[in-house]
Amino acid sequence: MAHFITRNFGKYDVFSIDSYLSIGGFSSLKKALKMDKEDIASLITKAGVKGRGGAEYPMGRKWSQARQVTRPHHCVVCNADEGETCTFKDRELITQDPFNLIEAIIIAGWAVDAEDGYIYMREEYAHLCPRLINAIEQARQRGFLGKNILGSGFNYDIHLYSGAGAYVCGEGTALIRSIEGKAGRPRMKPPFMKQSGLFTRPTCLNNVESLSIVPHLLHDAAPYLAQGTENSIGTKLISVGGNVNKPGVFEIPFGTTIRQIIYDLAGGIQENRSIRLIQFGGASGKIADDSVLDLPYTYEDFAAHNLIIGSGSILVIDERMSVIDFLRATQDFFLHESCGQCVPCREGNRQIKFFLDKIKAGTQTQEDIETMLTFAKVMPLSSLCGLGETAQNALQSAIKVFPEVFGLMPKAQGEQA
Amino acid sequence: MEEMINLTINNLPVTVKKGTKIMEAARKLHIDIPHLCYHPDQAIKARCRLCSVEVVGKKRLLAACATECWEGMQVYTDTKIVRDTQKGILQLIMADHEENCLTCPRNGNCDLQDLCSRFNILRPHLPHVSKPLPKLCDNPSLVSDPEKCVKCGRCIRACKDIQGIEALGFSQRSINLSVGTAYKDGFLKTDCILCGQCTVVCPVGALVEKDDTDKVMQALLDPEKVVIVQTAPSIRVTLGDAFGLPDASIVTGKMVTALKMMGFNKVFDTNYGADMTITEEAHEFVERFKKKDCLPMFTSCCPGWVNFVEKHYPDLKEHLSSAKSPMSMFSAILKSEYAQRIGKKPSEIYSVAIMPCIAKKYERQRPQLQRNGVYDTDAVLTTRELIKMIKSIGIEFDKLPAGKFDDPMGDSTGAGAIFGATGGVMEAALRTADDWLAQKPLSEIEYKTVRGMDNGIKEATLEIAGQTIKIAVVQTLKYARIVLDKVRSGQCDYDFVEVMACPGGCIGGGGQPVTSTRHTEKERINSLYAIDRTSKFRKSHENPYLIELYKNYLDDIGSKKAHELLHTSFEKQPRWYDEALKKQEK
Repeated sequence: MAHFITRNFGKYDVFSIDSYLSIGGFSSLKKALKMDKEDIASLITKAGVKGRGGAEYPMGRKWSQARQVTRPHHCVVCNADEGETCTFKDRELITQDPFNLIEAIIIAGWAVDAEDGYIYMREEYAHLCPRLINAIEQARQRGFLGKNILGSGFNYDIHLYSGAGAYVCGEGTALIRSIEGKAGRPRMKPPFMKQSGLFTRPTCLNNVESLSIVPHLLHDAAPYLAQGTENSIGTKLISVGGNVNKPGVFEIPFGTTIRQIIYDLAGGIQENRSIRLIQFGGASGKIADDSVLDLPYTYEDFAAHNLIIGSGSILVIDERMSVIDFLRATQDFFLHESCGQCVPCREGNRQIKFFLDKIKAGTQTQEDIETMLTFAKVMPLSSLCGLGETAQNALQSAIKVFPEVFGLMPKAQGEQA
Repeated sequence: MEEMINLTINNLPVTVKKGTKIMEAARKLHIDIPHLCYHPDQAIKARCRLCSVEVVGKKRLLAACATECWEGMQVYTDTKIVRDTQKGILQLIMADHEENCLTCPRNGNCDLQDLCSRFNILRPHLPHVSKPLPKLCDNPSLVSDPEKCVKCGRCIRACKDIQGIEALGFSQRSINLSVGTAYKDGFLKTDCILCGQCTVVCPVGALVEKDDTDKVMQALLDPEKVVIVQTAPSIRVTLGDAFGLPDASIVTGKMVTALKMMGFNKVFDTNYGADMTITEEAHEFVERFKKKDCLPMFTSCCPGWVNFVEKHYPDLKEHLSSAKSPMSMFSAILKSEYAQRIGKKPSEIYSVAIMPCIAKKYERQRPQLQRNGVYDTDAVLTTRELIKMIKSIGIEFDKLPAGKFDDPMGDSTGAGAIFGATGGVMEAALRTADDWLAQKPLSEIEYKTVRGMDNGIKEATLEIAGQTIKIAVVQTLKYARIVLDKVRSGQCDYDFVEVMACPGGCIGGGGQPVTSTRHTEKERINSLYAIDRTSKFRKSHENPYLIELYKNYLDDIGSKKAHELLHTSFEKQPRWYDEALKKQEK
C-alpha cells in the first residue's frame, strides 16, 4: 500500500476547513498561484499522469492544450460520474478528502485560465453532495473561491451538479449535456470539448482521481516520482471487488503484481475457490484468466497483454460463475445503459445479447457464432461514442482467452492470438 | 482565396474546399456513400453510422457525413471491413424494422428499401426484434407509424431547425429509444401545426400524409358525381420530378392531360383562386391601412401558418387577413356560382384540390369552410398522392401531350402563379394594392426585394402615392415567431407581412416529393417566375374572368356577398399544456 494520493485520509475533519488548513490544506493552491501556469502542466507531464476515468489521456498535455484555446470563458469540469462497474475509488476520495478535491479544482481553474469549475456527481453519490457543498461554501468564505482569490486577481467559483443515473453520462459530451439540462446523450465530435464543451465554452474535463493527485504533486512530487516503473510513474488508486475476501480501495505503486493485489491486499478469493476470470477497468474493460496473476499492474504490461487499466477497477469472478453468464450480465448492463442514438450500439447490443443467450442454451449454430463475431467487430469500429466502442471489449477478449466457450478451437502454441 | 484540400478516395484524387466532409467529397467523384440520417439540408447527426468509411491511419472507421477532409487524407469506401460494417449496420436496422414493404405507403420510394437492394440483402439475417406499436393518426393530415421508424432523427431536426416547433423528439434510451410527440400524445394536442416538413425528410414510411387517394378514386368511379379538380400553383413545377423529368420542369400541360385521363370532369386552376384571394386581400389591406386597423396585416393563405397563430399566438389572430386561401375561395365559388351555372346542387359536386401541403387536409375540414353541412372542398391530395395515383392508373406521364385547363376557372394571371414561392403572395398583393393606392395602373411590377429564399425575413419599404408602406416576407415559422413576438410586444412597425410556413413557400411544402432539397426548391422558384413572365395578365385584378365573376355574381370587391363566400374567421386551438400554464400563472 502506498500513501500519496490518500495521504490526507483520516487526517482531518472532512467538514471543517480549519481542520484541513491545520494539516497544510490549500498550501498547494498558494504555491500554484505563484507558479507559471505552464510549469504546472509540465509537472503533471513529468509525473506521467494519465486520465484516470478510463480514457488514459495524458493529463499534463490536456491542461496545456486547454490553456492555449483562444476562445474566452474557459471552464473546468470534474467528472465524478463514477459509473464503471466495480469502480468506487472516486467515492473514497470525495468521502475522505473533499477539501483536497476542491483545492485541486481551483488549481485546475487557475492552470487553464478558467472562470468556473463544475462538479458532475453521479446520482448514486447524492449522499456525498452535502460534504462537497459544505467544502465549497467554507472555501468561498475563506476567500479560496470567488473574486480575486488570495489577492491573485484570479476569479473563480465551483458549481455542483447531480446526474440522474445514466452510465453514459460519464462520457464527456453526454455529461455536459446533462449539466446543461438536456437528456444525457453523447454527441459527435468535433467540436471537441477543449474547443466547445459545457455551454459551448472551452472545457477541460478531468476525473476526480486525476485532479486529486495535483495538490499532492505540487506539495512534494518526489515521493510520487520515486514510485512505479519507468513508463508508469507513481501510484494508483484501485478498487477491488467481486468474490474476494476484502473488497476495497487501495493505493498501490505501479508495478505491484495482480497476485499481490488480489491475495495480499484484497485477502484472496472467498473460501479459496479458483478464479474464473478477472475484469479490469469496469464493464467496458477486458477480461483475463488467472494466467495474468503475476503481471505487474502497469500501463505497458497491460497493453502488452491486451488489457486496459481503464478506471482502475479489478473485478474478480470465481469458479461458480461461467464465462458465458458473466458476458450475459455485462451485455445486460450495456443493453440497459446504451443511449440508443446510434444503430451499431443500440441494435448491436440487442443482437449480441440474443446470441449469448443462445450459447447459454446450447442452441447456437456455427453461423450464429460468426454473426456474433462480426457484430462484436462492427460495434467498436463504427459506434458514435466510447460506450459503443468499448461495450464489446469483454466479449472480444473472452473470445481470445476462452475460445472453447464459443466452440472455437483454442489457438495452438505460438500462433498469434 | 479559399483554402483547398487534396485527398484521395479509393485512390482517386479529389480537391475540395476546406471544411468539406468526406460524404460531399465522394459525391464530387460520383460515389454515393450509403446514409440514412444524413440529409443535405440538415445539421450533421452522425447517428445511423451507415456512412462509416476507412481512413488510413485511423483505428476506427469514421462517419463520412461528419468528418472533414484533411490534406493528404486517404479514404476507402469499398474495402471488406467497410462493406461488412455498412451491411452489418443495415442488417441491424432491418431487424428492428417492420418489414411489410408491400403494404407500406413508401413502397418503391424508400431510402431503406433502396439501401437493402443496393447491399443485396435478400433475406433477414438477424432475428426480428421490432415490437408492434400503435399508429398515431388523430388528425386529417399526418400519420406516424413508429414501427417503421429508424430513429434517424431527420424529422426532429426538420421540426426544430426549420419550424422551431419541437413537436417531435427522442424519448427513452437504448432499445426503447423512440421518436415521437411528448407523452406519445396525438399531434393535435401537441405543438405540431401539421406543416408536414417531417414527412418530406423521413427516409422511410414512419411519417406520412394521411392517404386520401382511395376516397378520390371512389368519387372518380361514381357516375353520380361531378368530380372537379383544382391544382395549386406549385404542383406544376414539382410533379415532373417523380417521372424522370429534369428537376423543376414546368409540366402544366402534362398535368392537365393526366388529370383528364384520370377521369376528372373538369380540371381548373387554383391560380384563379389565388387571383381572387389577392383581390380580396389587397382590398382588405388598403382598407385596414387607411384606418391603421390591426396592423400589421398577415396573409392567411398558408394553413400551417394559420394553425401556428391559432395554437401559439391566438391573441394575435385578428391580425390575420380574413380572406380565405385560394383553395377555399375557389371551392366556395365552385359550390355556389359554378354549381348554379351547371345546374347542380353543391352536394352533387365533388371538389378535389391538389396541394403541396398536408395542412390543407386540415384546412379542408374546418367548420368555417362549409355551408349547409356541405364542405366546400371534399378531398385534398398532396403532390405525392397525385404521383401515386398517376402511377396507379398507369399513365406514362413524361410522354403526355400538353392539355389546357377548362373554362372559366382555368385562366389566371402571373400574380396567381407566383403564389407558390416565398414572397409571391406579397408581390401579387402589391401589384394590386399599389394600383389601387396610386389610383392608376403601375408599370413597374417586379418586387425583387421580396424574392428568393436566402433570408428568413425579407423587409422592404415602399413609397406609393406619397405613403410609406413597410412590408416583410417571412418563410418558416422559426422566423414567424420572431415577428409575432415583436407584434406582441408592440415593437413591430410592419404594415403588411406575408408568412409561409415552409422553406421557400409552397414549392418546399410538406406535401411535395420526398426528393425535395433546398437546391431543387430554388429551381422551382425560378420556374414559377418564368411562368409569371410569360403570362398575358400579371395583376390579379386584371383577370378577365374574375372581373366577370365580380360583375355578374359577387356584386363588388369586398361586397357583402364576397364576404360571405370569400372570407373566414379564426379560432384558438387548444394545446395539452394550456391548463397547466394557466395554473402556473395563477
